[in-house]
Amino acid sequence: MSLLRNRNFWIGVIVVALAIAPMLAGNFTVSLLNDIGIGALVALGLVLLTGIGGATSFGQAAFVGIAAYATAWLTTTQGMSPWIGLLFALLLTGLSALAIGMLTLRLGGHFLPLSTIAWGLSIAMLFGNVDALGRHTGLSNIPPLRIGGWSLADPRAIYYLIWVLVGLAFLFSQNLLQSRPGRAIRSLRGGATLLASVGADAYRVRLTLFVTAALFAGLAGWLYAHMNRFVSPSPFDVRASIEYLLMAVAGGLGQLAGALVGSALVLVLKNGLQDVLPMLTQRAGQLEAVAFAALFILLLHFARGGLMGFVRRWTRGRFSAAPAQASATPVEPLAHRTLPDRGSPILTVTGAVKRFGGLVAVNDVSFDVKAGEIVGLIGPNGAGKSTMFNLLTCTLPMTAGQVRFLGQDIAGLPQRTVARLGLARTFQHVKLRPHMSLLDNVALGAHSRTNAGVLKAGLRLDRAEERQILQEAQRQLDRIGLGDRAHELAGSLPLGTQRILEIARALAADPVLLVLDEPAAGLRRKEKMALGELLRKLREDGVTILIVEHDMDFVMKLVDRLVVMNFGSKLVEGVPSAVRADERVQAAYLGSVV
Amino acid sequence: MTWDVALILGIDGLANGAVYLLAGLGLVLIFSVTRVVFVPFGDIAAFAALTLAAFETGRLPPTIGLVMVLAALATLTEVGSLLRRGEGRKVPKAILAWGVLPLLPCLLAWATSRPGMPAAVQIAVTVLLVVPIAPLLARVVFQPIADASVLVLLIVSLALHFLLSGLGLLFFGPEGSRTQPLASGSIALGDGFSVSGQVVLMVGAAIVLSGLFFLVFERTVAGKALRATAVNRVGARLVGIRPARTALLAYGSASLLAGLIGVLIAPVTTMYYDSGFIIGLKAFVAAIIGGLVSYPMTAIGALAVGVVESFASFWSGALKDVIVFSLLIPVLMLRSFMSVHSEEEEDEVDQ
Repeated sequence: MSLLRNRNFWIGVIVVALAIAPMLAGNFTVSLLNDIGIGALVALGLVLLTGIGGATSFGQAAFVGIAAYATAWLTTTQGMSPWIGLLFALLLTGLSALAIGMLTLRLGGHFLPLSTIAWGLSIAMLFGNVDALGRHTGLSNIPPLRIGGWSLADPRAIYYLIWVLVGLAFLFSQNLLQSRPGRAIRSLRGGATLLASVGADAYRVRLTLFVTAALFAGLAGWLYAHMNRFVSPSPFDVRASIEYLLMAVAGGLGQLAGALVGSALVLVLKNGLQDVLPMLTQRAGQLEAVAFAALFILLLHFARGGLMGFVRRWTRGRFSAAPAQASATPVEPLAHRTLPDRGSPILTVTGAVKRFGGLVAVNDVSFDVKAGEIVGLIGPNGAGKSTMFNLLTCTLPMTAGQVRFLGQDIAGLPQRTVARLGLARTFQHVKLRPHMSLLDNVALGAHSRTNAGVLKAGLRLDRAEERQILQEAQRQLDRIGLGDRAHELAGSLPLGTQRILEIARALAADPVLLVLDEPAAGLRRKEKMALGELLRKLREDGVTILIVEHDMDFVMKLVDRLVVMNFGSKLVEGVPSAVRADERVQAAYLGSVV
Repeated sequence: MTWDVALILGIDGLANGAVYLLAGLGLVLIFSVTRVVFVPFGDIAAFAALTLAAFETGRLPPTIGLVMVLAALATLTEVGSLLRRGEGRKVPKAILAWGVLPLLPCLLAWATSRPGMPAAVQIAVTVLLVVPIAPLLARVVFQPIADASVLVLLIVSLALHFLLSGLGLLFFGPEGSRTQPLASGSIALGDGFSVSGQVVLMVGAAIVLSGLFFLVFERTVAGKALRATAVNRVGARLVGIRPARTALLAYGSASLLAGLIGVLIAPVTTMYYDSGFIIGLKAFVAAIIGGLVSYPMTAIGALAVGVVESFASFWSGALKDVIVFSLLIPVLMLRSFMSVHSEEEEDEVDQ
């Protein structure tokens, strides 16, 4: 029974079944399996891009086509080896993806997909109109692959190459998702501000992901060219791209396995329809297109999770991969920043002004924060606290004034650069990744302290660093008292605990200054006390904290110094008891007695 | 290339641009109100052209069948959702609105399909016949998932295009057709140079329609409701605007525009069941120049696309579409360069 619930057992069964399939199956089935493998490679890229990264491409078939034509042209007209063709094909797909990505990925969500439609149409038209590429007849007599002296011309021979590559691509993707760049990719949908707050650049993460997906398509195109030994424009048009997307959606965008399941589902169904429809009607080809489009729409209406979405619901996640966890044996901790001496100024704001059109939200505010203290920034509703917060963290550009952090003028720098300098923040509206574990959420915080890239992560060359990251994340979880719940999903926590988890994520960045945006909002009394306790402990450890807060009681007991804002200007600055006694503050909060 | 040729190409481009302008207006209207990038727009235009061609040859246009099928599906969807919500008493009204109302143009079309009908009647009925298509499609396909992410809506929209073009092939067959010119004769522009009446009609129609569009948006309550929904759906709802109803209005107007485009373009281009896709995509290029929100910029973009297309077709007929699409590159570069940071929460596709 336990065997049947073991994920590795099932993966083993599938691998063995695929390994012996060519010995038992007929030619037709082997060819179909080859097609499924190639489709799965393309769909895998789409699962990563669309399902995990939240962007999509209607030009995947064009990438397949570029690679197929690249290797076809090189091997037929230039007589070069298909292996050089592979390099050329990947180079060309990678570069085109890079160019398209750089053009569109900075823009809003729909620019990439719309551009990829135009791109997909253009490429198919180009293939059909360039003499060197054989126009609409295409290129034929592409040489088969050879490994040593062994020819892979037979479908049964290339079968093994295809499926080994599919297996490697899945392993690569699986490794990638459980790594530093993988956590950033999985956080893309949390918004650019979330990524910037941990020092990552959402644009670059998305660009890398887009190129990776295109390279998977390129690999598939290379295999396609040398398997069919003939290329023509039509399998690479927009319709084909939609079919790849259908595979990814039908299988399930949420899981990598969805690519394989979807590819098999779509291609088997297509074959079935091609057998059945001609018996019913003479217009089988047209009906097939209609049936597929209708199926696609129905899927998106009723089963957006795809087949694997159902499987996951039935098995209630018993088969999901074991979550990442910190290793039991301690490893060398990640390098720490040297914190500035206690009492030296860390953050100096001089004459900060922010205007939104005619509204002056922050008007000439100046204050500073010194190492080792907790400073509170308070004020009634609409006083400009949150705007001030956004100016400090460089989430909003300042109209005038200066912010110096560790002696450097940071006004106008991108938020992620400021985060990398050691300014970590939390969010008033919690920004956690609900489907990631607590450990992964906190590990995301250490993004800027480490540097493994996609290639390193996919090839598992990042494991030493990864162990350090997870150990650090576990340490921060222990620090906030959630160490024993590391594998729960962040979305299952109550709001108060989520806020504390955000603090752990900020701490994982090893910050010089921790800026908290209303951390006590929505917390119950006990939770507030625990939070206060935690912040005091952090102060003892040498962390400097700036806290923007509503809750007077909470702040008064906690902070060393207070800055009070009202109507966008600084009202008073001083120790809590002095602020409490100040008439102007009382007037601002309670209304003037006059 | 001589100046004469350039002038001819320029005027040709203007006529193309007029078509893309109308299409672009429709696309931006639907996108801003519903967040749906309505790819099947061009298909509806193609259906209108083919419908008119069917009338001219005295056949019963197959569009009638298409509208009836869609009306049946929409009625089922509406009645189903009413019953699920326990609002059974609204069912008769729903059947009337979704099932019977769209059949009126069908009836008209059936009456018109005899040979010898005046061209003006045929054109009017053609446009009326395609008007229900987009609202019906929207009811069946988009309204049930109105709150899905832009991405999902876009994927659905593209799939819907393939569905429609498949249906188009089934209903209209693979043959292309061209209709009689709407306006005959030409206007002399001095120097032995003349502009055909059809081109004048196309440009004139674009100007009049976009003027009307502007008036409706600025001066009527319905237009203001559309704008309000485009700016803020929740806010519009709070002041009593029903998003589903404004969406329907947007789809209806877009369908009307598509029908007009179809009858305008049918005499100058041979239309096939799938010719609409490329027209729609070029209008998207125009709409992207306008950032999918700005009407004036879309108009400028449409003219640019039209002119570039006509010059490109002079250089290479086969690659003219590629050249038009490559217009996107500088546009996207500029937009990307100027883009301000916008915080956009992406929603989960798979949930």
